[in-house]
Amino acid sequence: MHKYVIKRLIMLIPVVIGVSFLVFFIMSLAPGDTARTILGEDAPIEAIEALNEELGLNDPVLIRYGRYMMGLAHGDLGTSYKSGRSVFTEVMSRFPDTLKLAFWGMLFAVVLSIPIGIISATRQYSLIDSVSMVFALLGVATPNFWLGLMLIIGFSLHLRWFPSGGSEGWKALVLPVITLGTGCMANITRTTRSSMLEVIRQDYIRTAKAKGVNSRNVIYKHALKNALIPVVTVIGLQFGSLLGGAVLTEAVFSWPGVGTFLVNSIKAKDTPAVLGCVIIFSICFSIVNLCVDILYAYIDPRIKSKYK
Amino acid sequence: MENKKAKKRSMTMEVCQRLAKNKMAMLGLAILIVLVLCAVFADVIADYETKVVAQNIANRLKGPSAEHWFGTDEFGRDIFARIIHGSRVSLVVGLISVSVSLIAGGCLGAFAGFYGGKIDNVIMRVMDIFLAVPSTLLAMTIVAALGSSLINVMLAIGISGIPNYARIVRAAVMSVKDQEFVESSRAIGASSMTTIFREIIPNCMAPIIVQVTLSVASAILSTASLSFIGLGVQPPDPEWGAMLSGGRNFLRDAVHLTLFPGLAIVITILALNLLGDGLRDALDPRLKQ
Repeated sequence: MHKYVIKRLIMLIPVVIGVSFLVFFIMSLAPGDTARTILGEDAPIEAIEALNEELGLNDPVLIRYGRYMMGLAHGDLGTSYKSGRSVFTEVMSRFPDTLKLAFWGMLFAVVLSIPIGIISATRQYSLIDSVSMVFALLGVATPNFWLGLMLIIGFSLHLRWFPSGGSEGWKALVLPVITLGTGCMANITRTTRSSMLEVIRQDYIRTAKAKGVNSRNVIYKHALKNALIPVVTVIGLQFGSLLGGAVLTEAVFSWPGVGTFLVNSIKAKDTPAVLGCVIIFSICFSIVNLCVDILYAYIDPRIKSKYK
Repeated sequence: MENKKAKKRSMTMEVCQRLAKNKMAMLGLAILIVLVLCAVFADVIADYETKVVAQNIANRLKGPSAEHWFGTDEFGRDIFARIIHGSRVSLVVGLISVSVSLIAGGCLGAFAGFYGGKIDNVIMRVMDIFLAVPSTLLAMTIVAALGSSLINVMLAIGISGIPNYARIVRAAVMSVKDQEFVESSRAIGASSMTTIFREIIPNCMAPIIVQVTLSVASAILSTASLSFIGLGVQPPDPEWGAMLSGGRNFLRDAVHLTLFPGLAIVITILALNLLGDGLRDALDPRLKQ
Protein backbone atom coordinates (compact mmCIF):
# COMPACT_ATOMS: atom_id res chain seq x y z
CA MET A 1 0.00 0.00 0.00
CA HIS A 2 2.79 2.42 0.96
CA LYS A 3 4.58 1.54 -2.27
CA TYR A 4 1.44 2.38 -4.23
CA VAL A 5 1.06 5.75 -2.49
CA ILE A 6 4.71 6.62 -3.12
CA LYS A 7 4.39 5.51 -6.75
CA ARG A 8 1.31 7.69 -7.21
CA LEU A 9 3.05 10.64 -5.54
CA ILE A 10 5.98 10.24 -7.94
CA MET A 11 3.50 10.11 -10.82
CA LEU A 12 2.35 13.60 -9.80
CA ILE A 13 5.65 14.96 -11.13
CA PRO A 14 4.93 14.26 -14.84
CA VAL A 15 1.38 15.55 -14.32
CA VAL A 16 2.73 18.83 -12.92
CA ILE A 17 5.24 19.06 -15.79
CA GLY A 18 2.48 18.33 -18.33
CA VAL A 19 0.01 20.77 -16.78
CA SER A 20 2.61 23.52 -16.51
CA PHE A 21 3.61 22.98 -20.16
CA LEU A 22 -0.02 22.99 -21.30
CA VAL A 23 -0.91 26.15 -19.39
CA PHE A 24 2.40 27.87 -20.23
CA PHE A 25 1.90 27.11 -23.92
CA ILE A 26 -1.71 28.35 -23.87
CA MET A 27 -0.69 31.57 -22.10
CA SER A 28 2.13 32.12 -24.59
CA LEU A 29 -0.53 32.32 -27.32
CA ALA A 30 -1.82 35.54 -25.75
CA PRO A 31 -1.65 38.34 -28.28
CA GLY A 32 -0.22 41.73 -27.33
CA ASP A 33 2.89 42.97 -25.65
CA THR A 34 3.23 41.99 -21.98
CA ALA A 35 5.69 44.82 -21.24
CA ARG A 36 3.25 47.31 -22.73
CA THR A 37 0.50 45.86 -20.54
CA ILE A 38 2.68 46.36 -17.45
CA LEU A 39 4.03 49.81 -18.31
CA GLY A 40 0.88 51.18 -19.92
CA GLU A 41 -0.05 52.24 -23.43
CA ASP A 42 1.90 55.53 -23.26
CA ALA A 43 5.23 53.97 -22.22
CA PRO A 44 8.22 54.75 -24.50
CA ILE A 45 9.31 51.97 -26.86
CA GLU A 46 12.80 51.83 -25.30
CA ALA A 47 11.33 51.12 -21.87
CA ILE A 48 9.06 48.44 -23.32
CA GLU A 49 11.94 46.74 -25.11
CA ALA A 50 14.12 46.94 -22.01
CA LEU A 51 11.43 45.33 -19.86
CA ASN A 52 10.80 42.61 -22.45
CA GLU A 53 14.52 41.85 -22.37
CA GLU A 54 14.63 41.93 -18.56
CA LEU A 55 11.69 39.53 -18.27
CA GLY A 56 13.17 37.29 -20.96
CA LEU A 57 10.07 37.65 -23.10
CA ASN A 58 12.10 37.94 -26.30
CA ASP A 59 13.32 34.32 -25.90
CA PRO A 60 11.57 31.39 -27.64
CA VAL A 61 8.70 29.72 -25.75
CA LEU A 62 10.64 26.55 -24.93
CA ILE A 63 13.53 28.47 -23.36
CA ARG A 64 11.08 30.54 -21.31
CA TYR A 65 9.33 27.35 -20.27
CA GLY A 66 12.64 25.73 -19.27
CA ARG A 67 13.46 28.77 -17.14
CA TYR A 68 10.00 28.66 -15.58
CA MET A 69 10.37 24.97 -14.74
CA MET A 70 13.75 25.56 -13.13
CA GLY A 71 12.05 28.11 -10.91
CA LEU A 72 9.10 25.80 -10.26
CA ALA A 73 11.47 23.03 -9.14
CA HIS A 74 12.64 25.47 -6.44
CA GLY A 75 9.09 26.44 -5.48
CA ASP A 76 9.28 29.70 -7.42
CA LEU A 77 6.14 30.42 -9.46
CA GLY A 78 7.51 33.68 -10.84
CA THR A 79 6.74 37.28 -10.01
CA SER A 80 3.34 38.88 -10.47
CA TYR A 81 3.43 41.59 -13.14
CA LYS A 82 0.74 43.51 -11.30
CA SER A 83 1.95 43.53 -7.70
CA GLY A 84 5.63 42.79 -8.22
CA ARG A 85 5.42 40.18 -5.42
CA SER A 86 6.20 36.47 -5.66
CA VAL A 87 3.24 34.56 -7.16
CA PHE A 88 3.79 31.76 -4.64
CA THR A 89 3.42 34.24 -1.76
CA GLU A 90 0.38 35.83 -3.39
CA VAL A 91 -1.35 32.48 -3.96
CA MET A 92 -0.42 31.00 -0.59
CA SER A 93 -1.65 34.06 1.31
CA ARG A 94 -5.11 33.48 -0.22
CA PHE A 95 -5.04 29.68 -0.33
CA PRO A 96 -6.32 29.05 3.25
CA ASP A 97 -9.50 31.03 2.48
CA THR A 98 -10.17 29.03 -0.70
CA LEU A 99 -9.37 25.78 1.07
CA LYS A 100 -11.76 26.70 3.90
CA LEU A 101 -14.53 27.39 1.36
CA ALA A 102 -13.85 24.19 -0.60
CA PHE A 103 -13.64 22.05 2.55
CA TRP A 104 -16.91 23.28 4.04
CA GLY A 105 -18.59 23.20 0.62
CA MET A 106 -17.65 19.57 0.13
CA LEU A 107 -18.53 18.65 3.72
CA PHE A 108 -21.95 20.29 3.30
CA ALA A 109 -22.47 18.34 0.07
CA VAL A 110 -21.33 14.96 1.40
CA VAL A 111 -23.07 15.14 4.79
CA LEU A 112 -26.42 15.91 3.20
CA SER A 113 -26.25 14.00 -0.07
CA ILE A 114 -25.31 10.51 1.12
CA PRO A 115 -28.18 10.13 3.66
CA ILE A 116 -30.65 11.67 1.17
CA GLY A 117 -29.44 9.29 -1.55
CA ILE A 118 -29.79 6.29 0.78
CA ILE A 119 -33.30 7.27 1.89
CA SER A 120 -34.33 7.87 -1.72
CA ALA A 121 -33.05 4.46 -2.80
CA THR A 122 -34.57 2.54 0.10
CA ARG A 123 -37.93 4.26 -0.37
CA GLN A 124 -37.96 4.31 -4.15
CA TYR A 125 -40.97 6.09 -5.75
CA SER A 126 -42.11 7.43 -2.35
CA LEU A 127 -42.87 11.13 -1.85
CA ILE A 128 -39.50 11.69 -0.17
CA ASP A 129 -37.74 10.06 -3.14
CA SER A 130 -39.62 12.20 -5.67
CA VAL A 131 -39.01 15.43 -3.73
CA SER A 132 -35.31 14.75 -3.25
CA MET A 133 -34.86 13.79 -6.92
CA VAL A 134 -36.60 16.99 -8.07
CA PHE A 135 -34.25 18.97 -5.80
CA ALA A 136 -31.26 17.01 -7.11
CA LEU A 137 -32.28 17.73 -10.71
CA LEU A 138 -32.70 21.42 -9.93
CA GLY A 139 -29.41 21.45 -8.04
CA VAL A 140 -27.55 20.07 -11.06
CA ALA A 141 -29.23 22.60 -13.37
CA THR A 142 -28.74 25.68 -11.22
CA PRO A 143 -25.59 27.73 -11.91
CA ASN A 144 -23.90 28.32 -8.56
CA PHE A 145 -23.31 32.01 -9.23
CA TRP A 146 -27.05 32.54 -9.77
CA LEU A 147 -27.91 30.55 -6.66
CA GLY A 148 -25.43 32.76 -4.78
CA LEU A 149 -27.15 35.92 -6.01
CA MET A 150 -30.59 34.56 -5.08
CA LEU A 151 -29.32 33.63 -1.59
CA ILE A 152 -27.90 37.14 -1.18
CA ILE A 153 -31.27 38.67 -2.16
CA GLY A 154 -33.21 36.39 0.21
CA PHE A 155 -31.00 35.94 3.24
CA SER A 156 -28.77 38.97 3.14
CA LEU A 157 -30.68 41.89 1.65
CA HIS A 158 -34.20 40.99 2.84
CA LEU A 159 -33.87 38.83 5.96
CA ARG A 160 -30.44 40.26 6.93
CA TRP A 161 -29.43 36.93 8.47
CA PHE A 162 -26.06 36.60 6.78
CA PRO A 163 -23.58 39.05 5.25
CA SER A 164 -23.40 39.27 1.45
CA GLY A 165 -19.61 39.38 1.31
CA GLY A 166 -16.32 39.08 3.19
CA SER A 167 -14.86 36.12 5.06
CA GLU A 168 -14.96 37.16 8.71
CA GLY A 169 -16.79 34.83 11.11
CA TRP A 170 -18.94 31.76 10.56
CA LYS A 171 -21.91 33.78 9.29
CA ALA A 172 -19.91 34.92 6.28
CA LEU A 173 -19.27 31.28 5.44
CA VAL A 174 -22.90 30.08 5.33
CA LEU A 175 -24.10 31.48 1.99
CA PRO A 176 -20.87 30.78 0.03
CA VAL A 177 -20.80 27.21 1.36
CA ILE A 178 -24.42 26.55 0.33
CA THR A 179 -23.72 28.17 -3.06
CA LEU A 180 -20.64 26.08 -3.68
CA GLY A 181 -21.91 22.82 -2.21
CA THR A 182 -25.39 22.61 -3.76
CA GLY A 183 -24.30 21.46 -7.24
CA CYS A 184 -21.99 18.81 -5.76
CA MET A 185 -24.69 17.73 -3.34
CA ALA A 186 -27.13 17.20 -6.20
CA ASN A 187 -24.66 15.11 -8.19
CA ILE A 188 -23.60 13.00 -5.20
CA THR A 189 -27.26 12.43 -4.20
CA ARG A 190 -28.10 11.11 -7.66
CA THR A 191 -25.05 8.84 -7.72
CA THR A 192 -25.69 7.52 -4.18
CA ARG A 193 -29.31 6.75 -5.05
CA SER A 194 -28.54 4.90 -8.29
CA SER A 195 -25.60 3.04 -6.76
CA MET A 196 -27.66 1.99 -3.73
CA LEU A 197 -30.55 0.90 -5.98
CA GLU A 198 -28.16 -1.35 -7.87
CA VAL A 199 -26.66 -2.85 -4.71
CA ILE A 200 -29.89 -3.46 -2.76
CA ARG A 201 -31.11 -5.74 -5.55
CA GLN A 202 -28.08 -8.02 -5.28
CA ASP A 203 -28.43 -11.59 -4.04
CA TYR A 204 -26.23 -11.07 -0.98
CA ILE A 205 -28.57 -8.33 0.27
CA ARG A 206 -31.54 -10.67 -0.21
CA THR A 207 -29.60 -13.36 1.67
CA ALA A 208 -28.83 -10.98 4.53
CA LYS A 209 -32.50 -10.06 4.77
CA ALA A 210 -33.52 -13.72 4.62
CA LYS A 211 -31.15 -14.49 7.47
CA GLY A 212 -33.05 -11.99 9.59
CA VAL A 213 -30.48 -9.17 9.72
CA ASN A 214 -32.36 -6.02 10.61
CA SER A 215 -32.89 -3.62 7.73
CA ARG A 216 -30.74 -0.87 9.27
CA ASN A 217 -27.74 -3.21 9.36
CA VAL A 218 -28.49 -4.48 5.86
CA ILE A 219 -28.43 -0.93 4.52
CA TYR A 220 -25.52 0.52 6.47
CA LYS A 221 -23.26 -2.52 6.90
CA HIS A 222 -23.88 -4.56 3.76
CA ALA A 223 -25.25 -2.27 1.06
CA LEU A 224 -23.66 1.12 1.73
CA LYS A 225 -20.07 -0.11 1.75
CA ASN A 226 -20.56 -1.75 -1.63
CA ALA A 227 -22.36 1.25 -3.05
CA LEU A 228 -19.69 3.70 -1.96
CA ILE A 229 -17.12 3.15 -4.75
CA PRO A 230 -18.98 5.15 -7.45
CA VAL A 231 -19.96 7.71 -4.82
CA VAL A 232 -16.32 8.25 -3.82
CA THR A 233 -15.37 8.52 -7.51
CA VAL A 234 -17.99 11.21 -8.03
CA ILE A 235 -16.85 13.04 -4.88
CA GLY A 236 -13.30 13.12 -6.30
CA LEU A 237 -14.49 14.33 -9.70
CA GLN A 238 -16.76 16.88 -8.09
CA PHE A 239 -13.76 18.38 -6.35
CA GLY A 240 -12.61 19.61 -9.78
CA SER A 241 -15.90 21.39 -10.38
CA LEU A 242 -15.75 22.63 -6.80
CA LEU A 243 -12.45 24.36 -7.57
CA GLY A 244 -13.92 25.87 -10.75
CA GLY A 245 -17.06 26.77 -8.81
CA ALA A 246 -14.96 28.35 -6.06
CA VAL A 247 -13.72 30.91 -8.59
CA LEU A 248 -17.32 31.95 -9.36
CA THR A 249 -18.52 31.74 -5.76
CA GLU A 250 -15.62 33.91 -4.65
CA ALA A 251 -16.55 36.42 -7.35
CA VAL A 252 -20.16 36.55 -6.11
CA PHE A 253 -19.32 36.93 -2.42
CA SER A 254 -16.11 38.98 -2.80
CA TRP A 255 -14.37 36.14 -0.99
CA PRO A 256 -10.65 36.96 -0.70
CA GLY A 257 -9.42 33.62 -2.09
CA VAL A 258 -7.31 32.33 -4.95
CA GLY A 259 -10.35 32.40 -7.30
CA THR A 260 -10.78 36.16 -6.95
CA PHE A 261 -7.03 36.58 -7.41
CA LEU A 262 -7.17 34.41 -10.55
CA VAL A 263 -10.03 36.39 -12.12
CA ASN A 264 -8.30 39.70 -11.35
CA SER A 265 -5.04 38.35 -12.76
CA ILE A 266 -6.77 37.21 -15.96
CA LYS A 267 -8.30 40.67 -16.41
CA ALA A 268 -4.93 42.32 -15.75
CA LYS A 269 -3.19 39.90 -18.17
CA ASP A 270 -0.86 38.91 -15.33
CA THR A 271 0.45 35.71 -16.98
CA PRO A 272 2.69 34.41 -14.13
CA ALA A 273 -0.15 34.83 -11.63
CA VAL A 274 -2.65 32.98 -13.87
CA LEU A 275 -0.13 30.24 -14.47
CA GLY A 276 0.64 29.90 -10.75
CA CYS A 277 -3.05 29.74 -9.75
CA VAL A 278 -3.92 27.09 -12.36
CA ILE A 279 -0.89 24.96 -11.44
CA ILE A 280 -1.72 25.12 -7.72
CA PHE A 281 -5.38 24.24 -8.40
CA SER A 282 -4.35 21.34 -10.67
CA ILE A 283 -1.92 19.96 -8.07
CA CYS A 284 -4.75 20.11 -5.49
CA PHE A 285 -7.10 18.30 -7.87
CA SER A 286 -4.49 15.59 -8.55
CA ILE A 287 -3.84 15.12 -4.82
CA VAL A 288 -7.58 14.76 -4.17
CA ASN A 289 -7.80 12.14 -6.93
CA LEU A 290 -4.88 10.31 -5.33
CA CYS A 291 -6.71 10.41 -1.97
CA VAL A 292 -9.80 8.99 -3.71
CA ASP A 293 -7.76 6.11 -5.12
CA ILE A 294 -6.34 5.38 -1.67
CA LEU A 295 -9.81 5.56 -0.16
CA TYR A 296 -10.97 2.85 -2.60
CA ALA A 297 -8.59 0.46 -0.88
CA TYR A 298 -10.14 1.14 2.51
CA ILE A 299 -13.67 0.73 1.20
CA ASP A 300 -13.06 -2.37 -0.90
CA PRO A 301 -10.63 -5.04 0.41
CA ARG A 302 -10.41 -6.56 -3.11
CA ILE A 303 -8.75 -3.36 -4.32
CA LYS A 304 -6.47 -3.29 -1.28
CA SER A 305 -5.29 -6.83 -1.99
CA LYS A 306 -4.13 -5.72 -5.46
CA TYR A 307 -1.75 -3.20 -3.91
CA LYS A 308 -0.07 -5.77 -1.65
CA MET B 1 -29.81 -4.59 -47.71
CA GLU B 2 -33.57 -4.26 -47.16
CA ASN B 3 -33.24 -6.37 -44.05
CA LYS B 4 -30.41 -4.25 -42.71
CA LYS B 5 -32.44 -1.07 -43.26
CA ALA B 6 -35.48 -2.62 -41.63
CA LYS B 7 -33.41 -3.70 -38.64
CA LYS B 8 -31.85 -0.24 -38.31
CA ARG B 9 -35.25 1.39 -38.56
CA SER B 10 -36.73 -0.92 -36.00
CA MET B 11 -33.91 -0.27 -33.53
CA THR B 12 -34.29 3.49 -33.93
CA MET B 13 -38.05 3.13 -33.59
CA GLU B 14 -37.59 1.04 -30.46
CA VAL B 15 -35.37 3.71 -28.88
CA CYS B 16 -37.85 6.45 -29.89
CA GLN B 17 -40.74 4.47 -28.43
CA ARG B 18 -38.88 3.92 -25.17
CA LEU B 19 -38.00 7.64 -25.10
CA ALA B 20 -41.60 8.64 -25.82
CA LYS B 21 -42.75 6.63 -22.79
CA ASN B 22 -40.45 8.63 -20.52
CA LYS B 23 -42.55 11.63 -19.44
CA MET B 24 -39.64 13.60 -17.99
CA ALA B 25 -37.58 13.17 -21.17
CA MET B 26 -40.56 14.30 -23.23
CA LEU B 27 -40.92 17.35 -21.00
CA GLY B 28 -37.23 18.12 -21.59
CA LEU B 29 -37.66 17.65 -25.33
CA ALA B 30 -40.73 19.92 -25.40
CA ILE B 31 -38.86 22.69 -23.54
CA LEU B 32 -35.93 22.30 -25.94
CA ILE B 33 -38.18 22.55 -28.99
CA VAL B 34 -39.65 25.79 -27.61
CA LEU B 35 -36.13 27.09 -26.97
CA VAL B 36 -34.96 26.23 -30.47
CA LEU B 37 -38.04 27.91 -31.95
CA CYS B 38 -37.34 31.01 -29.83
CA ALA B 39 -33.75 31.05 -31.08
CA VAL B 40 -34.76 30.56 -34.72
CA PHE B 41 -37.56 33.15 -34.67
CA ALA B 42 -35.86 35.56 -32.24
CA ASP B 43 -35.95 38.39 -34.76
CA VAL B 44 -39.66 37.84 -35.36
CA ILE B 45 -40.44 37.80 -31.62
CA ALA B 46 -38.37 40.89 -30.75
CA ASP B 47 -36.44 43.25 -32.99
CA TYR B 48 -32.70 43.11 -32.26
CA GLU B 49 -31.83 46.72 -32.98
CA THR B 50 -34.70 48.44 -31.18
CA LYS B 51 -35.38 46.12 -28.24
CA VAL B 52 -32.14 44.25 -27.56
CA VAL B 53 -29.32 46.72 -28.18
CA ALA B 54 -30.87 50.21 -28.29
CA GLN B 55 -30.74 52.02 -24.95
CA ASN B 56 -33.73 53.90 -23.59
CA ILE B 57 -32.79 55.54 -20.31
CA ALA B 58 -36.36 56.77 -19.69
CA ASN B 59 -37.39 53.11 -19.40
CA ARG B 60 -34.54 51.96 -17.12
CA LEU B 61 -35.13 49.38 -14.35
CA LYS B 62 -38.86 49.06 -14.97
CA GLY B 63 -40.46 46.02 -13.32
CA PRO B 64 -42.38 43.35 -15.22
CA SER B 65 -45.46 44.77 -16.96
CA ALA B 66 -47.74 44.06 -19.92
CA GLU B 67 -45.40 46.08 -22.12
CA HIS B 68 -42.16 44.55 -20.80
CA TRP B 69 -42.98 41.03 -19.60
CA PHE B 70 -39.69 40.58 -17.71
CA GLY B 71 -39.07 44.30 -17.08
CA THR B 72 -36.17 46.40 -18.37
CA ASP B 73 -32.49 46.58 -17.47
CA GLU B 74 -30.31 49.50 -16.36
CA PHE B 75 -30.16 50.78 -19.95
CA GLY B 76 -33.91 50.48 -20.51
CA ARG B 77 -33.60 47.41 -22.74
CA ASP B 78 -36.33 44.79 -22.69
CA ILE B 79 -35.15 41.77 -20.66
CA PHE B 80 -37.58 39.35 -22.34
CA ALA B 81 -36.23 40.33 -25.78
CA ARG B 82 -32.65 39.94 -24.55
CA ILE B 83 -33.40 36.51 -23.08
CA ILE B 84 -34.99 35.39 -26.35
CA HIS B 85 -31.96 36.57 -28.34
CA GLY B 86 -29.68 35.17 -25.62
CA SER B 87 -31.11 31.71 -26.30
CA ARG B 88 -29.62 31.99 -29.79
CA VAL B 89 -26.16 32.71 -28.34
CA SER B 90 -26.42 29.93 -25.76
CA LEU B 91 -27.60 27.28 -28.22
CA VAL B 92 -25.02 28.25 -30.85
CA VAL B 93 -22.18 28.21 -28.29
CA GLY B 94 -23.46 24.92 -26.88
CA LEU B 95 -23.68 23.20 -30.25
CA ILE B 96 -20.44 24.53 -31.75
CA SER B 97 -18.29 23.95 -28.69
CA VAL B 98 -19.65 20.43 -28.30
CA SER B 99 -18.95 19.82 -32.02
CA VAL B 100 -15.33 20.90 -31.45
CA SER B 101 -15.03 18.51 -28.48
CA LEU B 102 -16.82 15.71 -30.29
CA ILE B 103 -14.81 15.89 -33.52
CA ALA B 104 -11.39 16.33 -31.90
CA GLY B 105 -11.98 14.14 -28.84
CA GLY B 106 -13.91 11.54 -30.82
CA CYS B 107 -11.15 11.13 -33.42
CA LEU B 108 -8.43 10.95 -30.74
CA GLY B 109 -10.44 8.45 -28.69
CA ALA B 110 -11.24 6.35 -31.77
CA PHE B 111 -7.56 6.19 -32.84
CA ALA B 112 -6.46 5.40 -29.27
CA GLY B 113 -9.04 2.65 -28.89
CA PHE B 114 -8.58 1.17 -32.35
CA TYR B 115 -4.78 1.14 -32.64
CA GLY B 116 -3.99 0.60 -28.94
CA GLY B 117 -0.35 0.25 -27.86
CA LYS B 118 1.89 3.28 -28.07
CA ILE B 119 -0.63 5.47 -29.91
CA ASP B 120 -3.20 4.78 -27.21
CA ASN B 121 -0.65 5.45 -24.48
CA VAL B 122 0.53 8.77 -25.91
CA ILE B 123 -2.97 10.08 -26.64
CA MET B 124 -4.41 9.08 -23.29
CA ARG B 125 -1.48 10.44 -21.27
CA VAL B 126 -1.93 13.79 -23.03
CA MET B 127 -5.64 13.60 -22.22
CA ASP B 128 -4.77 12.83 -18.57
CA ILE B 129 -2.84 16.10 -18.45
CA PHE B 130 -5.87 17.97 -19.79
CA LEU B 131 -8.05 16.21 -17.22
CA ALA B 132 -5.73 17.28 -14.40
CA VAL B 133 -6.84 20.87 -14.98
CA PRO B 134 -10.45 21.44 -13.86
CA SER B 135 -12.41 22.16 -17.07
CA THR B 136 -13.74 25.58 -15.98
CA LEU B 137 -10.19 26.68 -15.17
CA LEU B 138 -8.88 25.35 -18.47
CA ALA B 139 -11.58 27.27 -20.36
CA MET B 140 -10.74 30.41 -18.36
CA THR B 141 -7.04 30.03 -19.16
CA ILE B 142 -7.73 29.63 -22.88
CA VAL B 143 -10.04 32.67 -22.93
CA ALA B 144 -7.46 34.62 -20.90
CA ALA B 145 -4.85 33.83 -23.55
CA LEU B 146 -6.96 34.28 -26.66
CA GLY B 147 -9.11 37.18 -25.44
CA SER B 148 -12.82 37.52 -24.72
CA SER B 149 -15.01 36.91 -27.75
CA LEU B 150 -17.78 34.54 -28.74
CA ILE B 151 -15.51 32.47 -31.01
CA ASN B 152 -12.80 32.18 -28.35
CA VAL B 153 -15.36 31.13 -25.76
CA MET B 154 -16.64 28.38 -28.08
CA LEU B 155 -13.08 27.27 -28.77
CA ALA B 156 -12.14 27.32 -25.08
CA ILE B 157 -15.15 25.30 -23.98
CA GLY B 158 -14.70 22.96 -26.96
CA ILE B 159 -11.04 22.30 -26.13
CA SER B 160 -11.76 21.74 -22.44
CA GLY B 161 -14.33 19.09 -23.40
CA ILE B 162 -11.97 17.09 -25.66
CA PRO B 163 -10.61 14.69 -22.98
CA ASN B 164 -14.09 13.55 -21.92
CA TYR B 165 -15.00 12.57 -25.48
CA ALA B 166 -11.63 10.93 -26.04
CA ARG B 167 -12.23 8.74 -22.99
CA ILE B 168 -15.82 7.86 -23.83
CA VAL B 169 -15.18 7.10 -27.52
CA ARG B 170 -12.03 5.12 -26.68
CA ALA B 171 -13.95 2.96 -24.22
CA ALA B 172 -16.79 2.48 -26.71
CA VAL B 173 -14.40 1.60 -29.56
CA MET B 174 -12.51 -0.87 -27.38
CA SER B 175 -15.76 -2.59 -26.48
CA VAL B 176 -16.67 -3.30 -30.12
CA LYS B 177 -13.38 -3.46 -32.01
CA ASP B 178 -12.93 -7.21 -31.55
CA GLN B 179 -16.42 -8.10 -32.71
CA GLU B 180 -17.04 -10.10 -35.85
CA PHE B 181 -18.40 -7.29 -38.00
CA VAL B 182 -15.14 -5.37 -37.51
CA GLU B 183 -13.10 -8.45 -38.42
CA SER B 184 -15.19 -9.01 -41.54
CA SER B 185 -14.79 -5.38 -42.56
CA ARG B 186 -11.03 -5.75 -42.36
CA ALA B 187 -11.17 -9.15 -44.09
CA ILE B 188 -12.84 -7.61 -47.15
CA GLY B 189 -9.97 -5.11 -47.35
CA ALA B 190 -11.48 -1.99 -45.79
CA SER B 191 -8.89 0.54 -44.63
CA SER B 192 -8.49 1.38 -40.95
CA MET B 193 -10.23 4.73 -41.47
CA THR B 194 -13.20 3.10 -43.20
CA THR B 195 -13.41 0.48 -40.46
CA ILE B 196 -13.29 3.11 -37.71
CA PHE B 197 -15.70 5.64 -39.18
CA ARG B 198 -18.08 3.37 -41.13
CA GLU B 199 -18.23 0.29 -38.95
CA ILE B 200 -17.06 1.00 -35.41
CA ILE B 201 -18.28 4.54 -34.66
CA PRO B 202 -21.90 3.97 -35.83
CA ASN B 203 -22.01 0.93 -33.55
CA CYS B 204 -20.98 2.84 -30.45
CA MET B 205 -23.16 5.89 -30.82
CA ALA B 206 -25.29 5.32 -27.69
CA PRO B 207 -22.87 6.70 -25.08
CA ILE B 208 -21.80 9.45 -27.49
CA ILE B 209 -25.38 10.69 -28.05
CA VAL B 210 -26.01 10.80 -24.31
CA GLN B 211 -22.74 12.62 -23.69
CA VAL B 212 -23.51 15.18 -26.42
CA THR B 213 -26.85 16.06 -24.82
CA LEU B 214 -25.31 16.46 -21.39
CA SER B 215 -22.29 18.35 -22.77
CA VAL B 216 -24.46 20.97 -24.49
CA ALA B 217 -25.90 21.68 -21.03
CA SER B 218 -22.48 22.04 -19.43
CA ALA B 219 -21.23 24.15 -22.38
CA ILE B 220 -24.15 26.58 -21.90
CA LEU B 221 -23.35 26.68 -18.18
CA SER B 222 -19.64 27.32 -18.86
CA THR B 223 -20.47 30.11 -21.32
CA ALA B 224 -22.70 31.76 -18.75
CA SER B 225 -19.97 31.33 -16.10
CA LEU B 226 -17.30 32.90 -18.29
CA SER B 227 -19.59 35.79 -19.25
CA PHE B 228 -20.56 36.28 -15.60
CA ILE B 229 -16.95 36.99 -14.61
CA GLY B 230 -16.46 39.20 -17.66
CA LEU B 231 -14.47 36.73 -19.80
CA GLY B 232 -17.16 35.58 -22.19
CA VAL B 233 -19.59 37.35 -24.48
CA GLN B 234 -19.11 41.10 -24.22
CA PRO B 235 -21.84 43.76 -23.90
CA PRO B 236 -24.08 44.82 -25.52
CA ASP B 237 -24.54 41.31 -26.99
CA PRO B 238 -27.30 39.50 -25.09
CA GLU B 239 -26.00 36.49 -23.15
CA TRP B 240 -27.63 35.08 -20.04
CA GLY B 241 -24.48 35.00 -17.87
CA ALA B 242 -23.51 38.54 -18.90
CA MET B 243 -27.06 39.71 -18.13
CA LEU B 244 -26.77 38.18 -14.64
CA SER B 245 -23.47 39.92 -14.13
CA GLY B 246 -25.02 43.26 -15.13
CA GLY B 247 -27.89 42.69 -12.70
CA ARG B 248 -25.56 42.23 -9.70
CA ASN B 249 -25.47 45.96 -9.05
CA PHE B 250 -29.24 46.13 -8.71
CA LEU B 251 -29.98 43.17 -6.45
CA ARG B 252 -31.86 45.24 -3.90
CA ASP B 253 -34.07 47.31 -6.19
CA ALA B 254 -34.47 45.28 -9.38
CA VAL B 255 -34.49 41.54 -8.70
CA HIS B 256 -35.92 40.84 -12.16
CA LEU B 257 -32.56 41.68 -13.72
CA THR B 258 -31.02 38.56 -12.16
CA LEU B 259 -34.09 36.40 -11.68
CA PHE B 260 -35.19 35.90 -15.29
CA PRO B 261 -31.82 35.27 -17.02
CA GLY B 262 -31.01 32.79 -14.22
CA LEU B 263 -34.31 31.00 -14.69
CA ALA B 264 -33.61 30.81 -18.43
CA ILE B 265 -30.31 29.04 -17.71
CA VAL B 266 -31.88 26.68 -15.15
CA ILE B 267 -34.76 25.70 -17.47
CA THR B 268 -32.44 25.08 -20.43
CA ILE B 269 -29.97 22.97 -18.44
CA LEU B 270 -32.82 21.09 -16.78
CA ALA B 271 -34.40 20.31 -20.16
CA LEU B 272 -31.10 19.05 -21.59
CA ASN B 273 -30.40 16.94 -18.50
CA LEU B 274 -33.89 15.42 -18.57
CA LEU B 275 -33.50 14.56 -22.24
CA GLY B 276 -29.98 13.22 -21.66
CA ASP B 277 -31.14 10.98 -18.81
CA GLY B 278 -34.10 9.80 -20.91
CA LEU B 279 -31.87 9.00 -23.87
CA ARG B 280 -29.51 7.05 -21.63
CA ASP B 281 -32.42 4.96 -20.33
CA ALA B 282 -33.85 4.51 -23.84
CA LEU B 283 -30.53 3.49 -25.39
CA ASP B 284 -29.64 1.14 -22.56
CA PRO B 285 -32.81 -0.13 -20.87
CA ARG B 286 -30.71 -2.24 -18.46
CA LEU B 287 -29.75 0.99 -16.68
CA LYS B 288 -33.37 1.84 -15.94
CA GLN B 289 -34.07 -1.60 -14.56
